[in-house]
Amino acid sequence: MTILAPILMASLIIVPVFLANQDQQNRLIAVSEDDTKYSSKINDTDNINFEIITEDESEKIRKNLTDSPYYAILDIKNDTFTLFASQQIGLNIRNSIQNQLEKIIEREKLKQAGIDIKIIENSKTKINIETKIIDAKGEVTDSNTEASIGIGFITGILIYMFIFMYGTMVMRGVIEEKTNRIVEIIISSVKPFQLMMGKIIGVALVGLTQFILWILLTIIISSFAELFLIDAAEISNNTDTINQSLILDEITKLTGGIDLIKIFFCFIFFFLFGYLMYSALFAAVGSAVDAEADTQQFVLPITIPLILAFILIQPVMDNPDGTLAFWLSMNPLTSPVIMMVRLPFGVDIWELVLSMVLLILGFIITTYLAAKIYRTGILMYGKKISYKELWKWLTYKG
Amino acid sequence: MKKGILLSVEDVIKKYGDYTALNKVNISVPKSSIYGLLGPNGAGKTTLMRIINQITAPDHGTIIFNGEKLNKNHIKDIGYLPEERGLYKKMKVGEQALYLAQLKGMSYHEAKEKLKYWFEKLEITHWWSKRVEELSKGMAQKIQFVVTVIHKPELLIFDEPFSGFDPINAAIIRKEILQLRDNGTTIILSTHRMESVEEICDHIALINDSKTILEGPIEKIKEDFQPNTYEVSLDTNNLVSSNQFKILSHDKNTYKIKINEGFLVKQTIDIINKEHKILSFKKDSASVEEIFIKSIKDE
Repeated sequence: MTILAPILMASLIIVPVFLANQDQQNRLIAVSEDDTKYSSKINDTDNINFEIITEDESEKIRKNLTDSPYYAILDIKNDTFTLFASQQIGLNIRNSIQNQLEKIIEREKLKQAGIDIKIIENSKTKINIETKIIDAKGEVTDSNTEASIGIGFITGILIYMFIFMYGTMVMRGVIEEKTNRIVEIIISSVKPFQLMMGKIIGVALVGLTQFILWILLTIIISSFAELFLIDAAEISNNTDTINQSLILDEITKLTGGIDLIKIFFCFIFFFLFGYLMYSALFAAVGSAVDAEADTQQFVLPITIPLILAFILIQPVMDNPDGTLAFWLSMNPLTSPVIMMVRLPFGVDIWELVLSMVLLILGFIITTYLAAKIYRTGILMYGKKISYKELWKWLTYKG
Repeated sequence: MKKGILLSVEDVIKKYGDYTALNKVNISVPKSSIYGLLGPNGAGKTTLMRIINQITAPDHGTIIFNGEKLNKNHIKDIGYLPEERGLYKKMKVGEQALYLAQLKGMSYHEAKEKLKYWFEKLEITHWWSKRVEELSKGMAQKIQFVVTVIHKPELLIFDEPFSGFDPINAAIIRKEILQLRDNGTTIILSTHRMESVEEICDHIALINDSKTILEGPIEKIKEDFQPNTYEVSLDTNNLVSSNQFKILSHDKNTYKIKINEGFLVKQTIDIINKEHKILSFKKDSASVEEIFIKSIKDE
């Protein structure tokens, strides 16, 4: 997993770019028409070249299309259009041709109605609102809403994934220790709380190591892959697409207005404490059951807030300073995900600090409660555990 | 010379919600003895052992270890072999034994040296780099035994130490337990195998229904259970009760008699000897098993 994950992640970045570039190859399409009504107006596009042929030629080519230089034949007769090809025609090619023909007909109709095409063309407008951020000192920096959405979304989802992944790892570890009965040997040497925290902290360190390794390996692998794959793919005419995919360029582009370092440290903080809080709960669940199959009923209530946070990422992005966003980023159960989503849009420092303090508090409280359940649960075998039972365990004296 | 007391449990109460696991339990374990903790399933033995190991705390009562109130400094002085015991299956035997020994506060080198000694003693040196999952249950039990005694604790607590062992290995373990006692270690032993209690325990406590119902040196308990009872074999079968003794039962020429209060064994022998030829005369005592079953029924 440690090695495989960065390869998968890198391929997620590389493969689409690679494939998109592969697909950009030029297509030659033959146009046969009894007249020149359309064929005279049809224009080559970025990757489609048209060649007008006669109907006789068309007949000939049609018999052996595979060996001809043409990708397809566009046959126009009495305002009906047919594309002949030796294989399934790509959707983008069909759409591209369809759009052109539609436009030609549109223009024709406008002309017939006596409207000057130039007027219509001149009336087409395109503007681009530049967004800038003014900070407290009045300094202006570029803002980038798309980048904010991207970073917020990715970091939010990563936290969600990591908490789930490592939380489950803790739970499995606890169940393993309980089912192979080593737990009683160990807790005659260390306190149950120490054993539980040891497990949680151990897995946290595994998580952080893996995470850092993933980042490094993903960057290394995807940079190398880009160098080799893209260069080999001979697509010098599509420099725009390549540049966009280059990681370094991407990062430089995104830094406008977003403090990446702050986000990185917040990410580590919210991941760590979010994980610590949830994994204490996962450990409690693990201690209460005899086998992983019995965890369902207890895991669901723990994960509901986390899943809720995940679902609410979209509404929070729509209004990152709204009431919903505020309260979700204060509640320790949802703040690790939601705060990461809000951060790239800019969050007041007091909100951030308050959210962090609440998360630490949440961690302390859940760990305290989880430890009580854990302490009793790990020594309880062969009993079907209900919520009522768990509640009783919370009240037992140390 | 009266031996000192290593551990005394006084008026310990432990409740789990409405359920009382221990109700004013008292035991005192003399130094360098093997102390048998007996009782039917669910009597509270495991809870008591967990309390002594500080795995759980009592709701009420005190535990004195070596003259001090039991505290976390004593953890290294106590070794515990729980009934429900296991090991990490994927780990290697040696690594795991080292880890568990270090948890008890031993240094790496000390642990390694002691483990080597024990592995050689039990002839299991070649298991060192095997994974635990490759071992049989009995083999794993041996490892658990070793890691329990490795740090030379003053007090050892064994919960069903013989379960899972074949007779040969059970004998080896029994020998080791006796040797530990002879070297000064105090041992608390819980088992359902009454014959092993009889063989190796010096003291016993019987716990039933969360309470101690019997406690003391095994000979004294036997005596209290059937006071002044003897078994006499004669060459005839016409012995009759007298003011000195009472015949409880007889089978052919063998009689069970109870000497009445105030008379000595010697006097009784003399009286019987006058009219009969005594082939044998010995103390008749019930087995621990009989005492166990009867005491629990009487409760």
